[in-house]
Amino acid sequence: MKRYLPFIIVGVVALATLGSGALLYQAKRPHLVTIPADKVVAGKGTTESIHIRGNPNAPVTLEEFGDFQCPPCGNAAVYIDQLVKEYHPNLKLVFRNLPLPVHKYAREAALAAEAAGLQGRYWEMHDVLYREQAVWSKADNARELFDSYAGMLGLNLNQFKKDTASDKVRQRIESDVERANSLGVSSTPTVFINNQELAPNEKTPAGLRAKIDAALKQKPSKA
Amino acid sequence: MTVSRFRVMLYAIAAIVSLAGLADAIYLTVQALTGETLTCGGSPDCFRVLGSSYARIAGIPVAAFGSFAYFCVFSLATFAAFAYRRAAALLAVLVAGMFLFTLWLLYVQAFVLHAYCRYCLFSAAITFLLAGLVIAIPPSRA
Repeated sequence: MKRYLPFIIVGVVALATLGSGALLYQAKRPHLVTIPADKVVAGKGTTESIHIRGNPNAPVTLEEFGDFQCPPCGNAAVYIDQLVKEYHPNLKLVFRNLPLPVHKYAREAALAAEAAGLQGRYWEMHDVLYREQAVWSKADNARELFDSYAGMLGLNLNQFKKDTASDKVRQRIESDVERANSLGVSSTPTVFINNQELAPNEKTPAGLRAKIDAALKQKPSKA
Repeated sequence: MTVSRFRVMLYAIAAIVSLAGLADAIYLTVQALTGETLTCGGSPDCFRVLGSSYARIAGIPVAAFGSFAYFCVFSLATFAAFAYRRAAALLAVLVAGMFLFTLWLLYVQAFVLHAYCRYCLFSAAITFLLAGLVIAIPPSRA
């Protein structure tokens, strides 16, 4: 019996490892959300001002919950922007703020983007914030850098500073965060294509392209 | 306590310690497979480590290699405790390899990524402990 005992012990541990790994995988597997009909983005003209890049009437909507200090969001911003251009006029991007508390300057960055939006330069600030993410994320005073980006974009700096502290801008972010909470979104980037959430492994250029193509097959292209 | 009993005890401790490393590596492997390491939401430093290009080798999560290595350590330590001599030799070689790879991963965290993931540090501690145990095991007389 003693001769076989190590084989039995190793076999039992191998089975326990595989079993617990499978259970853990089941438990941690993302539960993908579908946006209910009453919360679907309608495009411009809704009561809330939403940030849309691309054709507002595009048949495919890519809705992203992003955090300006989140490195994967920075990576995603680059290829999502390319996809919006590539699929024009069939794809629009709707960007929602979800500044995560684990990121020190994420909220201030969102405020800066919204304040730039009040002067009509939301997407320019969005792009600068992601492009310079590695710089301001490590800065002692990110706000100074946000001000310098505002200056670089030719914004009225006094107005920009006033707006970053305004209730209007805060409420705009809160409304996005509330939407995220109501949908059960807690990580970034969370991406929906025509209201269907994408699995984390699908958030690659190839994965997104496949989902957009599938969505286009369901809805007629505008090209 | 006889030397032989002391050896068995150290191999048994090594087997138990390797199970802690196995649990940690399995958790990280599952995180990588579910895509959790590709999003922000948990520890930002963990993302910087686990979401980096260093966290995969040929598309396979490093944690998966770690799980396999810890399982091998457990198996070899168990066989060595039952006086399988070849298992003892293989265990020493495997732990030495894991030790060197852990040094590389710590270097990457400290000097390349400038971020530490607590799960990776736990795994490093387990590997160092295993290395200490393997060194402490007295050589077989036969």
